[in-house]
Amino acid sequence: MAAKDYILEMKGISKSFPGVQALDSVSINVRPGSVHALMGENGAGKSTLMKCLFGIYSPDQGEILIDGKKVSFGSARDALNYGLSMIHQELLPILYRSVMENLWLGRFPLYNFGPLKFVNHAKMFKDTQALFQELKMDIDPTTWVINLSVSKIQSIEIAKAVSHKSRIIIMDEPTSSLTENEVDHLFEIIRKLRNEGVAIIYISHRMEEILKIADEVSIMRDGRLVGTYPAKDLTTDIIINRMVGRDMNNRFPRKENVPGDVVLKVKDFTSPDPKSFKNVSFDLRKGEILGVSGLVGAQRTELMEAIFGLRPVISGSIWLHGKERRMRDSTEAISEKIALVTEDRRTTGIFQILSVYDNILAANWKSYIRRFLLDLKQGESEVKKSIDALRIKTPSSRTLIQNLSGGNQQKTIISRWLLMDPEILILDEPTRGIDVGAKYEIYTIIADLAKRGKSIIMISSEMPEILGMSDRIMVMCEGRMTGILEGKKTDQEEIMRLATQFM
Amino acid sequence: MANAKSLDSGITLIKSIREFATKRAILLVLIVLVLLTGVFQPNFLSWDNLINVLMITSVYVIIAFGEGPILLTKGVDLSAGRTVGLTACVAASMLQRADYESRIFTNFPFMPLFVPILIAIVVGLVVGIINGSIVAFLKVPPFITTLGTMVIAYGAVSLYVDRPPHGASPIGGLRDDFTNIANGAIPISGTVRFPYIVIIALVVFLLMWVLLTRTRLGKNIYAIGANPDAAIVSGVNVNRTLIIVYILAGALYGLAGALQAARQGSATNNLGFTWELDAIAACVIGGVSTTGGIGTVGGMLTGVLMLTFMNNALVFLNVSPYWQNIFKGIIIVSAVAVDIRKYLRKR
Repeated sequence: MAAKDYILEMKGISKSFPGVQALDSVSINVRPGSVHALMGENGAGKSTLMKCLFGIYSPDQGEILIDGKKVSFGSARDALNYGLSMIHQELLPILYRSVMENLWLGRFPLYNFGPLKFVNHAKMFKDTQALFQELKMDIDPTTWVINLSVSKIQSIEIAKAVSHKSRIIIMDEPTSSLTENEVDHLFEIIRKLRNEGVAIIYISHRMEEILKIADEVSIMRDGRLVGTYPAKDLTTDIIINRMVGRDMNNRFPRKENVPGDVVLKVKDFTSPDPKSFKNVSFDLRKGEILGVSGLVGAQRTELMEAIFGLRPVISGSIWLHGKERRMRDSTEAISEKIALVTEDRRTTGIFQILSVYDNILAANWKSYIRRFLLDLKQGESEVKKSIDALRIKTPSSRTLIQNLSGGNQQKTIISRWLLMDPEILILDEPTRGIDVGAKYEIYTIIADLAKRGKSIIMISSEMPEILGMSDRIMVMCEGRMTGILEGKKTDQEEIMRLATQFM
Repeated sequence: MANAKSLDSGITLIKSIREFATKRAILLVLIVLVLLTGVFQPNFLSWDNLINVLMITSVYVIIAFGEGPILLTKGVDLSAGRTVGLTACVAASMLQRADYESRIFTNFPFMPLFVPILIAIVVGLVVGIINGSIVAFLKVPPFITTLGTMVIAYGAVSLYVDRPPHGASPIGGLRDDFTNIANGAIPISGTVRFPYIVIIALVVFLLMWVLLTRTRLGKNIYAIGANPDAAIVSGVNVNRTLIIVYILAGALYGLAGALQAARQGSATNNLGFTWELDAIAACVIGGVSTTGGIGTVGGMLTGVLMLTFMNNALVFLNVSPYWQNIFKGIIIVSAVAVDIRKYLRKR
């Protein structure tokens, strides 16, 4: 009978990556016909847990039971066959194909014509229409997906899950790009599915939504399960407290920097995109570490890229040392001695197929030109100095950067920017995807730079990192600045409250 | 002890030989090909024939040095061949002998040699500006952009040489001082001579080598090919770099066009047809990656030498021209299949 209580049981799931215990014996049970919310800070282990469930990662320990039977999936397709669907935060539809083709991709209805099989478009159309009617969705099955809003695309994903007769549907931040009306419609669909006995695992940061829709809430922190609670016993404050309540060890180096005069003033920065940052103003002092906190989607990266000249603004100004400056592209930002270590190392940081040498010098060739030609020997000696200074572990400066670990790649990129001797260094999630030991080294580098009078802006989604490193903390929520806090006087709860202010 | 040591050094030797072999596989194949053909046809290795092959190579290699850097930026230039044809006709039309009967411009004044050659280079350069601007500012994929300009260049050259009522006819009767550039040589001793055109190609080789390895432009070209988004963040002016690369290529096609007209002693509107494909083939044989960021000037040169030597060797071995094409196709694919191993293994 135990099998009837829970449709899905995850028992003692552990998973570790080199240097990180991503999941530590996590057990979560989900009842059929219920909405089970999964909460936790960025990096608490929610996605890793879901990836273990779907067989994308194989857990080191623990087992997964569906209807009381042990399962392990080799692929998302396997999971689908067991009635498990996931609606991802980032949707990947085929934009230039019709809605119905997206919906039935990989399982088109066919009809036989002698020995040949053809796609049965008429049946596909009818099935799609019936499905949309059942779910009260108003979408033309033949229109191209490119013509649809994000919420409609998401509806298609939900319809796809329903069409698979999924009994467990996982939704990862399904409302992050929806308007209020669209959220209401989504909740209607969720309730309908729940009443039909479908279990929904709902991953979100939005407290209000969780309290509105969830039956049970599991809270995770640092790869561990804090607990599973009935939603009716919870309040926003209790959730925040359980999400962040942890002790801080000596995970950060001692800081000896003394913030000085204001170096950078950003006034009233607003993006042309109405969903992005608006009216953001802040100062940065010499030798200061300014942490920028917020949840995923708070538009922190977009703001910093705009300051660095990579994105347009419709209003706002930048003042350096009291003088107004315009940054129309990255070249201008660099000549003003601003550096940006981007969030996504792979797509905008490293040159995978080039050597460590070329990667370090990529933004600095100008300084090595001697009568039109590059002084490669001087470059080499600077690269050697960088490798020693930041202790980059590489067989040689000629090694391709793609053969280095994430931490060493990150140090290489930081070296690139340090070589141009920046006054302002913007670090976007500088320790993402880096193991614990390398993290400490990066913190040491940051603390040392601040001590030497460099001004640092550090975006981070990891609370302890923000609290452990920042002199001041700017908190953002949905594109707006919701507060600037003194690093020593604040705590995780205050930050979390500001980061969820408009949710 | 001594034994173990020598064994160790033996292993390192084998290792480094193997490494060299994977890294320089194409060069080794080229050397083997040349030597093998020499064994069967000793004349193949004669100074005259080697110089002859180098002369044929010279024009092609200059085109490849235009195409190669474009490939390095993840681009491709299909207009290369037609631009060579266009510039060849432009140069030839201004360098016909005064006493030649069917001159294109009947009363064309005598010009110092360098002027028409310079004009040919400028014409190529203009094609490059057009290609580069469309690619950089309008963001039209290079394949499409240069497909368009390829067709346009052919139309333009056909109009240029079209002389009603005769229609498009070859431009012949070129001045001796002009043809001498491509066919003349510095005598070294006896029958041993060193052609001017090979010297020109060597100079271009050196300049390109310096450009790609010793200048910021070169480094930026590799950076754009390796990761355009990271290049933008690093302050590389991607649009300007792209335009310069296409302009440089166009100028090189112009030089190649003038040299080819001089070599042939004439030019037609059909000159250069499909030569861009040979240039692309040579580059990829020489290890230039069509996905950008990988490739060297030495590799481009090796690729062109590989193709011309193979053609020449097959002629010497009396293989039919039809078979030559089949061999060429096989070489292109297998060269890349071998070359790509050195990147696959590290994944």
